Amino acid sequence: MSAQKPVLHVDSLVVEYGGRAAFRAVDGVSFDIAAGEVLALVGESGCGKSSTARAVIGMEKPRSGEVLYRDRPVQPLGMRTRPAELTAIQMVFQDPNSSLNPRIRVAQQIAEGSRAARARGVDTEAPSHWLKAVGLSPTLENRYPYQLSGGQRQRVAIARALAAKPDLIVADEPISALDASAQASVAGMMRELCVASGAAMLFISHDLSVVRLMADRVAVMYRGRIVESGATPVVWANPVHPYTEALLDAIPHPDGEGVLPAAPASEAPSSWRTDIPEALDRVR
Amino acid sequence: MSAALAIRDLRVELGQGKRNRTEVVKGISLDLVPGRIQGLAGESGSGKSMTAMAILGLLPAGGTASGSIVLGGAGKAEVELVGMTGGAYRRVRGKRIGMVFQDPSASLHPQITVGSQLADGMRAHLGLSRADARTRAAELLALVRVPNPEEALQKYPHQFSGGQRQRIAIAIALACEPEVLLADEPTTALDVTVQAGILHLLRDLATERDLAVLLVTHDLGVMSAIADEVAVMRGGQIVESGSRQQVFQNPQHPYTRELLEAMPDAQDSLVDAPAESGPALGAPAPDADAADTEENR
Amino acid sequence: MNLVVPEKLAPRRRRFWLPRAWRTPLAVVGTVIALMWIVIAILAPWIAPHDPLAQDLPRLAAPSGEAIMGTDVNGRDVFSRLLLGAQATIPLALMLVVCAMIVGTVVGAVAGYLGGWFDEVLMRITDMVMAFPTVILAMVIAASLGPSIMNAVIAGIIVAWPPYARITRSLVLGLRTQNYVIAGRLLGSSPLRSLLRDVLPNIAGPVLVLASLDIGTAILLLSGLSFLGLGAQPPTPEWGTMIAAAMQNTSAWWLGLFPGLAILSIVMAFNFIGDSLRDALDPLAAREREAEAPTAVSAAAATGEVAA
Repeated sequence: MSAQKPVLHVDSLVVEYGGRAAFRAVDGVSFDIAAGEVLALVGESGCGKSSTARAVIGMEKPRSGEVLYRDRPVQPLGMRTRPAELTAIQMVFQDPNSSLNPRIRVAQQIAEGSRAARARGVDTEAPSHWLKAVGLSPTLENRYPYQLSGGQRQRVAIARALAAKPDLIVADEPISALDASAQASVAGMMRELCVASGAAMLFISHDLSVVRLMADRVAVMYRGRIVESGATPVVWANPVHPYTEALLDAIPHPDGEGVLPAAPASEAPSSWRTDIPEALDRVR
Repeated sequence: MSAALAIRDLRVELGQGKRNRTEVVKGISLDLVPGRIQGLAGESGSGKSMTAMAILGLLPAGGTASGSIVLGGAGKAEVELVGMTGGAYRRVRGKRIGMVFQDPSASLHPQITVGSQLADGMRAHLGLSRADARTRAAELLALVRVPNPEEALQKYPHQFSGGQRQRIAIAIALACEPEVLLADEPTTALDVTVQAGILHLLRDLATERDLAVLLVTHDLGVMSAIADEVAVMRGGQIVESGSRQQVFQNPQHPYTRELLEAMPDAQDSLVDAPAESGPALGAPAPDADAADTEENR
Repeated sequence: MNLVVPEKLAPRRRRFWLPRAWRTPLAVVGTVIALMWIVIAILAPWIAPHDPLAQDLPRLAAPSGEAIMGTDVNGRDVFSRLLLGAQATIPLALMLVVCAMIVGTVVGAVAGYLGGWFDEVLMRITDMVMAFPTVILAMVIAASLGPSIMNAVIAGIIVAWPPYARITRSLVLGLRTQNYVIAGRLLGSSPLRSLLRDVLPNIAGPVLVLASLDIGTAILLLSGLSFLGLGAQPPTPEWGTMIAAAMQNTSAWWLGLFPGLAILSIVMAFNFIGDSLRDALDPLAAREREAEAPTAVSAAAATGEVAA
């Protein structure tokens, strides 16, 4: 890992929803991502990982805490146009069906990404180049989204994000709507494209098995807090926090042995709520 | 042991009207044996869900099934399900075949108490009195390991977690003591820690109650955890079937091998690879729908 | 890997709803009638047998070979006045609807997209206008502006725009959070560009349905105001004023019948069109069409399968 400044610096992020009876979705989350690095944020439904992603790109206004992109605060996406420098932050969404404008052809949508790159003074390639990069045939470029399958649409959405030559890609469950057989390969492709271009990636997923394949570091979230984090092989091989252990033990492995994954004793054991400082930022 | 449900050369056609029909299930045969879980694996479009719908008589408007689906094992009345009328199907569904679907919120009525939802089926199919049905409902909730069954009877579905709702859906499926249980992606919508508990429950129920279970899922991990036999579907046909161990550890068909190789568990982490310093892109992951683009060139 | 993926079976989207709307007989009938009237409205001066303002025919004559729809109390040919009446009413009704649609859509889009204070103020104004019964409000406005056909149109626009604002706002609210809209903002689109490029084109459908249903209402409103003396003024031939004149000569049945039938036919025609458009856009009906859609696409996919 380089000694350069991180591309993304998140410090004590708190995101709340609702007025008086506010629900705290993210409860003090901090992490950095360096250039060319993939950090995976994993956890189950309701843990706050999507809210974190939305706060990072500016879709949600945090209650408190900082989100700094290259030392610059990320302004919320309100009524103001996003300044050109911040278009280097791009997002890939979970649902391929709502990620593309139904009335505009594929090539034009990818070209929007290119336009953003050029507005920043960064060189970028034609849409057909990006289609090939994500494994699609360039002949698809004149199609409308409804003429593509869900998997193809998701790849187009990825191509559009990449065409903008981002420094930071936030991917919110980008593979969960794809066929199981395509998930690992698309995740791997995203990692390779990211690393090759030197971008940083925040990869949100509930699927630890896929994350193991393509994330340099992983942070496990539970009820709005990061309970364990560190280098992926380390966390995977030797989890410290009870929740991480439970999460890993619950994964069924397709080895044909008929082994049932371990089920936690109850739906939310109190041991999962403990804070274990040693579980954070693990390198071994 | 004779099959509780025997499917022979089942074909399912979809489409409205006489023209433009598509065959989505192209002649499959399968047996469901009491006490054993038969897995039906496949990706979207393989026809596995349509197979389940054909068994339940719940094909979309215009869909037709042909072939044979015989319900009834040792000591039970034999019934041919293909071609059965809607009224007759209503007597079979719920009473002799139970069903559990992916989304528990869709199976449970939001404005009726859990106790009533359990009791209604029992009173209709089994003719139980209100008091007996209530007692049995509490027993069923205990069977599916919902905490505090007596209190739970008075609650509404939204007061339970997703995992608990699925347990309730399973209880409803089992209320009338069916011979067969059909589970279509029963844990796909659940968190992995919650899924583990449901898998244990399904496995125990199948064994303890001699249920013949058809487990339809695309998730090979789930399949490997609880299925005894596995059939792999693709394009409306079964391309491979056998015991779980055979199919997972010694797959014969290239498609099965592809599916298994695509699993994250089967792959090496990219993170261990040395840092790339070359030109931008290596070979990108191929588009699974490339065949579609080929024929459109 | 060669996997058949049913996402390709997604229903064909809005590109095709327009032709589908014309599959019902009612829609075809409606379109034919509406087109006929539009042609009449354009060509009226050349196809009318008599000068609609000339008072040279026998007065209050029943329909005959000379005047196939009879003559009015001033000796003018009813048929010619009917044809010219189309020219008076239809273009103005269309203009009324288009203007109301534009005003309402802008108000609703701004309220929906910007939210907050803009939303509150604009929607309260909308509510205030909608609180009045439409015809009464139109009458009041037309009367205070002075009786003329243009003032009637202005009054009509003022009462007609709120439903467009309501529907546009709710559609925009729904679309504002769509991922592709957000993706556009992340790529540096200004809120205006986002609205014009990503949101408005995708809400055109329901708005156009409302407009097509509104045309009939607009015609009724303009005729109604003219009937009351607040719209077209004599001697301009207009269906509403013709019916008003008929009230004074009830024994001359031809005076009121033909303009009444004209209004009836054109309002029904536009209603048929609007209904068909609405059904074509209906998401429930779309699900039934989905069951048809698999046929064409998965047949192709199936052959792709076999070839692989």
